Amino acid sequence: MEITADYIREELKQVKDPEIPTISIVDLGIVTGIDISENNDIHVTLTPTFAGCPALRMMEDMVKEHLGSYEQLGDITVATSFETTWTTDLISDEGHAAIKKHGLAPPMRNCSNISMDILEATKCPYCDSENTKMKSPFGPTLCRSLHYCNNCKQAFEGFKPI
Amino acid sequence: MNSIEALKELLYKMADDQLIIGHRNSEWNGLGPILEEDIAFSSMAQDKMGQSEHLYNLLNQLGEADADTVAFTRNAPQFHCSHLVELPIGGYDFSLIRHFLFDFAEYMRFEAIKTSAYQPLAQVAKKFFGEIKYHTMHANTWVHQLGNGNEESNTKMQDSLNYAWNYALGMFEPGPAEDILIAENIFMGEEALKAQWLEAITPLLEKSNLTIPEKATWAPIYGGRVGKHTEHLQPLLKEMTEVYTIDPSADW
Repeated sequence: MEITADYIREELKQVKDPEIPTISIVDLGIVTGIDISENNDIHVTLTPTFAGCPALRMMEDMVKEHLGSYEQLGDITVATSFETTWTTDLISDEGHAAIKKHGLAPPMRNCSNISMDILEATKCPYCDSENTKMKSPFGPTLCRSLHYCNNCKQAFEGFKPI
Repeated sequence: MNSIEALKELLYKMADDQLIIGHRNSEWNGLGPILEEDIAFSSMAQDKMGQSEHLYNLLNQLGEADADTVAFTRNAPQFHCSHLVELPIGGYDFSLIRHFLFDFAEYMRFEAIKTSAYQPLAQVAKKFFGEIKYHTMHANTWVHQLGNGNEESNTKMQDSLNYAWNYALGMFEPGPAEDILIAENIFMGEEALKAQWLEAITPLLEKSNLTIPEKATWAPIYGGRVGKHTEHLQPLLKEMTEVYTIDPSADW
């Protein structure tokens, strides 16, 4: 069979973010390049979400491991490049649903001018109320903020728009 | 000095500032006045260490040693960080003021470098810029809150601002090749950066009921960029590299 970039992209949907295992790296928007050589060597380019994200190297290894299990593919190489700047707007609609499924508020779109006021308006992932309060723009991982829902009285975390 | 050497000098001072302030931020881990602040400083430490690693990687591409070697095997005289980032964390008032003064300078620096003629640096600056917005937002929130708090909080913040001020001015110590960086559109230069920084922080400090020291008293504390450091840097490096020194080949 002919190996296409679309085929590889579909395969990479099985590789999940180790910190948010409901979302694939494709829906997260970090796969920015898939190059296929004549003898089916695959070169995948990833862009970092956060410069200090410790999951990045894990994800590189996971891509290598997953694609490496297919006999019809040649050598697998993975590189990180900043050529495409990752923002949360690169997360797909499926990605937003996956983030919510994990119990996190998905990031608001088009937030290049982030402010405390924008973060205050984060919608609760449990009850969809907008009557929430931001407790801190920094959470347990680099990509999360801490919130509290005044409606369902639960603390929740949000995926930070960046 | 040619343009590659000028570029390396710029990358080293940026990377070393990030690494050392990152380490200082991490010292709040477990000690923050409230849990959220403990997490905030630890998160910012992680961002800054990550940023320094990517800058060291750019240096590696220009022929310098790899990131771990550069970060963990140099002694204080080989570091290019400013004195401001070396100072001990002190009280929370000082750490917040330093965070405010340093991160607004970095915000302006990254914003300028987003359009650098040196593409690999422009690309990482775009990434860092998205991250540092959260740092400046955090710094300004707390400086505003405590500056406008009560007399005690205002006095503590003002005293820390007075103490930190000349160290902060030292961040803008001119490098040996400012003219090359400017002429080749790699970076706008420290003097222009300082002007933008002052313009950004002056109204914010005013709103926080804090006063920048009288201009007649300004005396920038230089030396960090040329390897002359405070007595605080070498002990920091000793602690930071302790595990690496025990087993440099250890795999994480």
